[in-house]
Amino acid sequence: MIGAMTEDSGQSGGRAGVRRPGDSIFRALTTGSGLAIVIAIGLIGIFLLIKAVPSLVADKANFLFSPDFITTDPTNLKFGIRDLFVVTVLSSLVALVIAMPIALGIALFLTHYAPARLSRPFAYIVDLLAAVPSIVFGLWGAQVLGPTLEPFETWLNKVFGWFPLFANGNIPLAGAGTIFTVGVVLAVMLLPIITSVTREVFRQTPVMQIEGALALGATKWEMLRTTVLPFGRSGYIAASMLGLGRALGETVAVLIILHASPKPSGFSLFDGGYTFASKIASAASEFSQPLPTGAYIAAGLVLFVLTFIVNAAARSVAGGKVHK
Amino acid sequence: MAKRIDVKDLNIFYGKFHAVDGVTLAVPPRSVTAFIGPSGCGKSTVLRSLNRMHEVTPGARVEGKVLLDGEDIYASSVDPVEVRRTIGMVFQRPNPFPTMSIRDNVVAGLKLAGVSNRKQLNEVAERSLRGANLWAEVKDRLDKPGGSLSGGQQQRLCIARAIAVQPDVLLMDEPCSALDPISTLAIEDLIGELKKDFTIVIVTHNMQQAARVSDQTAFFNLAGVGQPGKLVEIDDTEKIFSNPNQQATEDYISGRFG
Ligand SMILES: Nc1ncnc2c1ncn2[C@@H]1O[C@H](COP(=O)(O)OP(=O)(O)OP(=O)(O)O)[C@@H](O)[C@H]1O
Ligand SMILES: [Mg+2]
Repeated sequence: MIGAMTEDSGQSGGRAGVRRPGDSIFRALTTGSGLAIVIAIGLIGIFLLIKAVPSLVADKANFLFSPDFITTDPTNLKFGIRDLFVVTVLSSLVALVIAMPIALGIALFLTHYAPARLSRPFAYIVDLLAAVPSIVFGLWGAQVLGPTLEPFETWLNKVFGWFPLFANGNIPLAGAGTIFTVGVVLAVMLLPIITSVTREVFRQTPVMQIEGALALGATKWEMLRTTVLPFGRSGYIAASMLGLGRALGETVAVLIILHASPKPSGFSLFDGGYTFASKIASAASEFSQPLPTGAYIAAGLVLFVLTFIVNAAARSVAGGKVHK
Repeated sequence: MAKRIDVKDLNIFYGKFHAVDGVTLAVPPRSVTAFIGPSGCGKSTVLRSLNRMHEVTPGARVEGKVLLDGEDIYASSVDPVEVRRTIGMVFQRPNPFPTMSIRDNVVAGLKLAGVSNRKQLNEVAERSLRGANLWAEVKDRLDKPGGSLSGGQQQRLCIARAIAVQPDVLLMDEPCSALDPISTLAIEDLIGELKKDFTIVIVTHNMQQAARVSDQTAFFNLAGVGQPGKLVEIDDTEKIFSNPNQQATEDYISGRFG
């Protein structure tokens, strides 16, 4: 790698003045595509801002802290993102809390416990989960998983109701169209994302280190703890962040599963309501008038920023690994 | 603590590939035995079968016996983890745990064995680092990561890590091949020191090194590509380097090989 690079720069640097047409064209193409992406993202941001600002100005509620989202009367917009934010973040965190340990277990199993013959097909099945359309996950969550989880959620609510996250929600528990159920479904959707990245990172643990641990008399689990886990940690965290970004933006599955509620969120996992994405999707029919539309675009912008922050965090964690 | 090793008719396989054929040799306690021979003749393979590291490779297995003070380490009742605790290993490339501190690297084996007394760990760390001739260089930065040392220092750290658990035997696979002459000399001196307490087996491509550090030398060879490696002869180092029994040994040592 390094050799190739020095050789390369030696060629272009050593024979100053010689310009190969192939090089110039390729450079123009790559620079162009790079710029195009940046410009596209910039334009999208500007477009969203331009559309959102008039609505934000017309907003009669506090945009950040109001739980209402009333846009039926364009002359009397009252919208805030508090509940959208709460529902989005809570459901994604539930998903992460469930998916992270399971994905870690699967990745360790695939790389160090499963017999070689089983490892490939099993990894393939996990990856297949990523190919299931989210509408299918939505239907499954609403029709199958919700009713199945209902007794469990009722029990949780009854026994741990004193804890705010498990307090009575703002919707009836029947059918369990709750943040909790959505979180479980999102967890299943995140599994293949987190697992596949983590698996690859674990696979790259230097054999030298693994053997070093074993030669010291480490058991398998101790070897994993002293070498594979520290080596793969940042990759695992970055993968989970990527998964989180995915969960924050999931639309259709959430829209189908989560029951709407007339009451504001009480920060309970048994609440209903909307996430940013499902709210926007649910209102697609309203998008004929500019001011109500702008309200949703403003909500979309917040989601955009939230996802952006999560992804940047994922990158800095993964980048830290490269520089170590 | 040092123990003797007796290898009896050891055949070593990688899956279907018969890598080493019928090795029989004896390593007395508190001595240094050098393995020499051309690349691919199975020196590492034999060495790794002495502490059951061989079977870490998928599909790898051995037939025959390896006796540690008379006890077969391949007996079905023996736990390979225990074997590796009593027979330490130093690898060709230094492989400290990069994120662990220098001190934690040294005592990693002890911690695995369940020692958690801070004072005791610190004592062992100092004793082992002194034993590995590294103490003076690192005593002021014991909390820095093990990956922050130079290659030669890392290798001595690995030696310190291996001797910290007071093994019965120390196996070294080309421990100096990635090091400069000065670090190499430091490690050779160290081996001379260590043999007072440990039984040592070392693989090396460096004839002078074998001649300098070892008491007995084993010469391995292989008949051809795809053929299993064989132990040609094992004898006192002086004898091997002055007047070996086998012509092949003489050819190899005098550089008239192949
Ligand atoms: N993991 C493995 N899987 C299959 N075959 C292997 C493996 N490791 C080594 N071998 C084979 O076993 C034989 C002996 O290898 P070994 O590494 O023991 O040689 P060596 O004497 O240590 O060589 P060198 O001096 O180059 O280190 C070689 O033919 C090699 O190709
Ligand atoms: Mg070798």
